[in-house]
Amino acid sequence: MKTIKFLSTIAFAGTLFIACSDDDNENPDPVNEEETITTMTVTLIPQGGGDTVTLTSKDLDGDGPNAPDITVSGNLSANTIYGGGVVLLNETETPAENVNEEIEGEADEHQFFLIVGGGLNATTTYEDDESDYVSAETGENFTSTNPVGIAFTLTTTDASSGTLAVTLRHEPKKPNDGTLADAGGETDITQTFDLTIQ
Amino acid sequence: MKALLLIILWAIVPMSSVAQECRDTLNGKVTDYHSKVPLENARITMVGRSLEVASDPSGNFAIPDLCPGSYQLEVSHPECKTLLIDIEVDGTTPLNIKLEHHLEELEEVKVFGDAINDKTNSAQEERLKLETLERFSTGSLGDALKELGGVSSLNTGANIVKPTIHGLNGSRVLILNDGVRMQDMEWGDEHAPNIDINSAGSVSVIKGASALQYGGDAIGGVIIMDRARIPIKDTLYGKTMISGVSNGRGGNITTELVKAFKSGWFVKGQGSFKRLGDHEAPDYVLSNTGIQEIGSTIEFGKQRFTSGWDAKYSYFNSEIAILRASHIGNVDDLIRSINNGQPEIIGPFTYDLQNPRQEVTHHLGKFRFYKRFEGLGKLNFQYDYQNNRRFEFDVRRGERGARASIDLELTTHTLSTDFKWDANEKFQLQAGLLGRYQENFANPATGVRRLIPDYEKFDFGGFALGEYQINDRLLLEGGLRYDFTRIDAKKFYQTSRWEERGYNTEFQDLIIEDLGTQLLVNPVFDFHNISGTLGGNHKFDDDSGIKVNYTLAQRAPNPSELFSDGLHHSAARIELGDLRIASEKSHKIAAAYYKDFSSWGFELEPFANWVDDFLLLEPSSVEFTVRGAFPVWEYRQTNARLLGVDAFIYVDWGKPWRTEHRFSLVKGRDNENNSPLINMPAAHLRNKIAFVKPEWKNFEVALESQYVFRQNEVPGNISVFSPEQQQNVLLEVNTPPRAYHLMGLQSKIGFPLGKHANLTTSLVVNNLLDTKYRDYLNRQRFFADDLGRNIMIQLKFNY
Repeated sequence: MKTIKFLSTIAFAGTLFIACSDDDNENPDPVNEEETITTMTVTLIPQGGGDTVTLTSKDLDGDGPNAPDITVSGNLSANTIYGGGVVLLNETETPAENVNEEIEGEADEHQFFLIVGGGLNATTTYEDDESDYVSAETGENFTSTNPVGIAFTLTTTDASSGTLAVTLRHEPKKPNDGTLADAGGETDITQTFDLTIQ
Repeated sequence: MKALLLIILWAIVPMSSVAQECRDTLNGKVTDYHSKVPLENARITMVGRSLEVASDPSGNFAIPDLCPGSYQLEVSHPECKTLLIDIEVDGTTPLNIKLEHHLEELEEVKVFGDAINDKTNSAQEERLKLETLERFSTGSLGDALKELGGVSSLNTGANIVKPTIHGLNGSRVLILNDGVRMQDMEWGDEHAPNIDINSAGSVSVIKGASALQYGGDAIGGVIIMDRARIPIKDTLYGKTMISGVSNGRGGNITTELVKAFKSGWFVKGQGSFKRLGDHEAPDYVLSNTGIQEIGSTIEFGKQRFTSGWDAKYSYFNSEIAILRASHIGNVDDLIRSINNGQPEIIGPFTYDLQNPRQEVTHHLGKFRFYKRFEGLGKLNFQYDYQNNRRFEFDVRRGERGARASIDLELTTHTLSTDFKWDANEKFQLQAGLLGRYQENFANPATGVRRLIPDYEKFDFGGFALGEYQINDRLLLEGGLRYDFTRIDAKKFYQTSRWEERGYNTEFQDLIIEDLGTQLLVNPVFDFHNISGTLGGNHKFDDDSGIKVNYTLAQRAPNPSELFSDGLHHSAARIELGDLRIASEKSHKIAAAYYKDFSSWGFELEPFANWVDDFLLLEPSSVEFTVRGAFPVWEYRQTNARLLGVDAFIYVDWGKPWRTEHRFSLVKGRDNENNSPLINMPAAHLRNKIAFVKPEWKNFEVALESQYVFRQNEVPGNISVFSPEQQQNVLLEVNTPPRAYHLMGLQSKIGFPLGKHANLTTSLVVNNLLDTKYRDYLNRQRFFADDLGRNIMIQLKFNY
């Protein structure tokens, strides 16, 4: 008898306990990925006039399954010096967030690598260094002078076709010999553009 | 009036007793408490007199010619606990005496020491004793369990060690911490059990799911941590252990104190603290691999034979730094790491724990009550509460490093009860019920899309187990269990992912909110699982026997397998779960044969495990993002077969020399694709020679060799397009590292300190020869070598 009483008490307690755990039907808040870079725009402006060439890589679903959309606005002219600039955006937020600000604030932890490949007759040169940017930590310009690569020049020679790979590394070895292999670090963004010089 | 009557009585009674001659008789019967079976040959002694009688075959006894008055009897029986009984004899006095006959059932009253039962009769089962656990005081549960045959581990570096039984780990291995099933996000490869090894008194491993009282889903096995028994007597004792290690340049201190009373009351406190800095491989520092761990437990209760209760609270916090070089950006970074041969980031030694790192806190509260019913059995009732909070910090851009990338809180309430009928000598039955409610909250403040969604989970289970002792040599056991699981999740999917998975055709009705680029969905899945076991244990003679067991086990998929969807930076991979995943179903046959000769013996344990809808996570394809390419690791189901054997031989070469030899092998096969299964442990062989001389202050020294073969059976590598190299390259994520051989040394000696205290000092050296190696089941094998030499010195005070 005692046994039955015990068992039934427990069974009853169990029912109560299940009954209490009613869900509150509140929906979770969505998360907008903060660190995503969706869009990279490389602008190449010829010195002394001519058509500006814009290279864009856009991946609005970030780390999602869709591959980035790559566009190249036109061909480069031979024997021309282009002033280059890179702009990074996070377009999952409205208005789109300019990620350059964060890169500049941590210029000593970042570097763009502009690698010409596949027989393209062109060279790139860094046009900025860390001391051009204000450190987010100290509020003052960096004192170190390693290259960053937000601003650069691209110099073309003869007509040819090939690639320009733009890679942003986080926490690379600085200074480095300008190759990705030596720099190490983590890739924040990378895209290879097919270009033609005519 | 009343007073007068009392006076008269008072006057008459002594007179009458004087007048009476001593002709009273004590008639009685001695029976077993549980089964009420009469006990023969119980000796009944009158304390203070030289009078002793024995019970006859029907348990009856009689002590004639007694004078009225009070007596004390001592009742003893060879198989029972001796009992003292006070009795008032007046005339022919009847007395029924109940003795506790089941010595093995005396768990709660047994004196401190090695008194743990086997959890099953027919399954492969092994146990780690306290002294072995103490050797791993600065390590983890997973490290210690590798001492057992058939147990290996899946590691993320040296600090995150997931126990693997017969090739299976994670949700397929249940961990019971003092009767509480751990609910600590065991689904992730880089989630270690949140357990302080120093809180355990012993650990048993059941290699399979046959212990159905703990759950029906232990396709790999069950790990049961028990605390040491607390005696029922007035006593105060404790232990303090201080260990220092060279690799990591830190150590561990652990202490416990127990106060017990004869009345059954007890209180126990335990605490430990561990701190290590960067570990070191033979050639370099493994930067950012330190750890800090705090564990404490307080427990009190009242334990008696017939009933008892205890309450417990335990706290565990660990902060683990993860090898800096293992945090990478994309597939090119991974290829570079694999080709480099040494980590990209090697800094000077430090105790700092930097990002990437994880911080996990586990709270566990438990209340247990038991009561024995005479001639029937024992009822258990338990409620437990667990709260697990996990933060994972990544290397992040901007000032986000201090904000966790993963912030999960898992809360679990469990109510369980069982009843064990043990009245019958030959036949025992145990039946129980379980209800569990679990809630996971994924904090959106991380600024990173949730890897695991918010969910609620309901479990309900019921089981019945029986065992039948056919004769002295043969025992049969069997059991059945049913489990119901409902998982009710609310998850955001990227619209592109929802469509890529094809969910828009099958699960469109689950959408409760459409935010354009994201969809909020509410999957509610029910799983009904049935498990069963059947086995036997036959002893040929005192020195040899065989155990055979078949178990059917079913496991409902965990949240990671269903809902995982996102980029794992620590592994540079995109992990994808699948809403269509069903329960796994395993059929496992295991046997164990042992034989002891005069100076040597062996044990052979083969098994075969067929798993229908076996869940595995393996690289399948590549996805491109602006960050570059990432290998996609997808959960998929297949029919798998695991075969293996564990062998153990010991030889006593004449005192004081003894050797032990162990070999374990597992072969896993994907029967649908006819290819090997990923992450199966390699075969390994361990040989140990020990010199034990108890007369030299318990001196012991042992040299151990461990040879781990190369895992030759692995799935193929995948080919990926490398944006950096502008061509397809082979991503060697499945290429196994070479075989390796490690030597180890253990030594120990004890000194008495006064009457009740003693000191044991021990020296342990792992990887004695500072061998460079990488292990197939270490997820950091792509980035760095494994640990170099480690010297540990330990002082243990028992008082």
